[in-house]
Amino acid sequence: MRKWLLPLLLTLPLCELSAATPEEQGLALAQAMDERDTGWNDQRAEMTMVLRNKQGQETTRKIRTRGLEVIGDGDKSLTIFDTPRDVKGTAFLSHTHATKPDDQWLFLPALKRVKRISSANKSGPFVGSEFAYEDLTSQEVDKYTYKWLREEDMAGRKVAVMERFPAYKHSGYKRQIVWVDLPMHQAVKVEYYDRKNALLKTLELTDFKQYMDKYWRPHTMNMVNHQTGKSTALTWGDYEFGVGLTDKNFTKNSLKRVR
Amino acid sequence: MRRGYLDRLGQSLLIAGVTLAGNAAVAAFEVSGFVAAEARGFAHAPLDARQRHHSGSLVVQPEFYTEWADGEQSLLFVPFMRLDSADSERTHADVRELIWQYVGDGYEFKAGIGKVFWGVTESQHLVDIINQTDAVESPDGEDKLGQPMLSFSTEQDWGTVDLFVLPGFRERTFSGAKGRLRTTPRVDTDRESYESGAGRRHVDLAFRYSHFIDSFDFAVSHFYGTSREPTLTAARTNSGEVVLAPFYPLIHQTGLELQYTDESWLWKLETIRRTGQGSTYYAYTGGFEYTFYGVVQSQADLGVIGELLYDERGESGPAVFQKDVLVGLRLALNDEESTELLAGVITDLDDGSHLFSVEASRRLSDNLKLSVEGRVFADLPTGAPFYTVRRDDYLQLELAWFF
Repeated sequence: MRKWLLPLLLTLPLCELSAATPEEQGLALAQAMDERDTGWNDQRAEMTMVLRNKQGQETTRKIRTRGLEVIGDGDKSLTIFDTPRDVKGTAFLSHTHATKPDDQWLFLPALKRVKRISSANKSGPFVGSEFAYEDLTSQEVDKYTYKWLREEDMAGRKVAVMERFPAYKHSGYKRQIVWVDLPMHQAVKVEYYDRKNALLKTLELTDFKQYMDKYWRPHTMNMVNHQTGKSTALTWGDYEFGVGLTDKNFTKNSLKRVR
Repeated sequence: MRRGYLDRLGQSLLIAGVTLAGNAAVAAFEVSGFVAAEARGFAHAPLDARQRHHSGSLVVQPEFYTEWADGEQSLLFVPFMRLDSADSERTHADVRELIWQYVGDGYEFKAGIGKVFWGVTESQHLVDIINQTDAVESPDGEDKLGQPMLSFSTEQDWGTVDLFVLPGFRERTFSGAKGRLRTTPRVDTDRESYESGAGRRHVDLAFRYSHFIDSFDFAVSHFYGTSREPTLTAARTNSGEVVLAPFYPLIHQTGLELQYTDESWLWKLETIRRTGQGSTYYAYTGGFEYTFYGVVQSQADLGVIGELLYDERGESGPAVFQKDVLVGLRLALNDEESTELLAGVITDLDDGSHLFSVEASRRLSDNLKLSVEGRVFADLPTGAPFYTVRRDDYLQLELAWFF
């Protein structure tokens, strides 16, 4: 079945190209990516985050994530820290929204305190890493405007290259250039340009695995900051889908019992 | 330390937990926690000749956790112990938590010794009342003693309701004769008395409704039971020493918490109405926190905090913060070491006294964290709430090993 499905999928975006502006083509690609990644419902994964400074010294963090797909609004996500040990049990809950600001809460286990936090902190580093909060939250279609650039070959695979411009407030970026693997409809490389339009970071996504014959997930994400020489690598364990997570696992109150 | 009652409760819970766990396949058993060494240095010679100049302390707080039935049930045990070189009252042990939890569909049930936090403001926590303050730990009042409880919580579309039955009262801890950061005369914790005939065995009740709508997070709560905050009256010991004796009245306290989150602004309000401890009164804490993200082209965040603290009973009342203003700065470098600094000054608008406070921390390695804390009590006229600790400006270093 794959044999004939693959060429069919390859031709799909090409059909959409004809007689459309670069903006429409870009949006169409983003919508196609979103559509391909719809229907997973809930997921769970563990990751190891390795921070490297200019001198090559490394520090490691262990983090677990849980996600819930929300049709018609932004997804919900829960991030739980296992190491460093002093922040063990700290949990971060986000209800993302396409257009209005996200709702975010932080659970501080030492005080048993759930704190509503500002969602204006998009561009700040996530736990001292080279990933900003905005790089890791749910990538809803409406969060950007798009512009198709070109199609090219990348290591023998057909990729589409597009620009996207944050449509939400407080972004640290003027624009991003995204390389989208067309067979998978997944971003495999992103260049981030700061507000002064200088190249700030490059993200490379590799080790893709397909789940449930449909959903592709990268298992290595390497972010290099060109301005500081620092980098952060995320290594993901296997994703689990359909583990029975519901809205009730992503409430403000549920943060207190997260383990 | 009279913890016989707690110990017995703890033992039976532990046995119950172990039995339950033994009946099901134990999914997970986790051990974590920390060990810390602390040194406190004081800037001035003490007021009372019995008080020690400086102190050193060792703290241990392990955490044991197990869950079974696919996480539906769990048991958490967090003992705590501090050994202090100066103060025998600060040398103490506690069961911070020993709690069994059952999570159902949209509700949860807890039994044991637990810890609950209510509130939104930074300068003080007026509404927070379930747990007693472990005041020998720190003058900021954020350390709490474990509270025996049965609690039921349900989460619905229209909000969350928590119900608490609190059997067994915990007395507030106070620095001993040799300890600093205390009143003069000292509080004698052997001379406590209660309004309730049941004394420490009075069963307190509490309720809280909380919810959020868009950018508003809010909660309303009510507590009926023994006040966590004692009324202090002068007494004389057998040896003739003048001391303060704590009296714990029965109170009703209604609390309101409100936070409005608007991008970089957090607007906060806490208010309480208490009856049964003197005449009925209201107290408020309200203010804002505004954060500059990525301040001066860096990765650091700088927050500015402003809060007003008001207690209706005024200058002659027992409240430390009766008409005060907090101005504070919170700096987070967002670096690998999670370097953080919180500095503030609370000014008493009635008598002009100041409380300067600094807290900073930084991770030295994956497991090691250094914390620094300092407080200065300045411009204190006779009779100011902090007049009694006027010689107790201090700097504290803590090195903690997390496992």
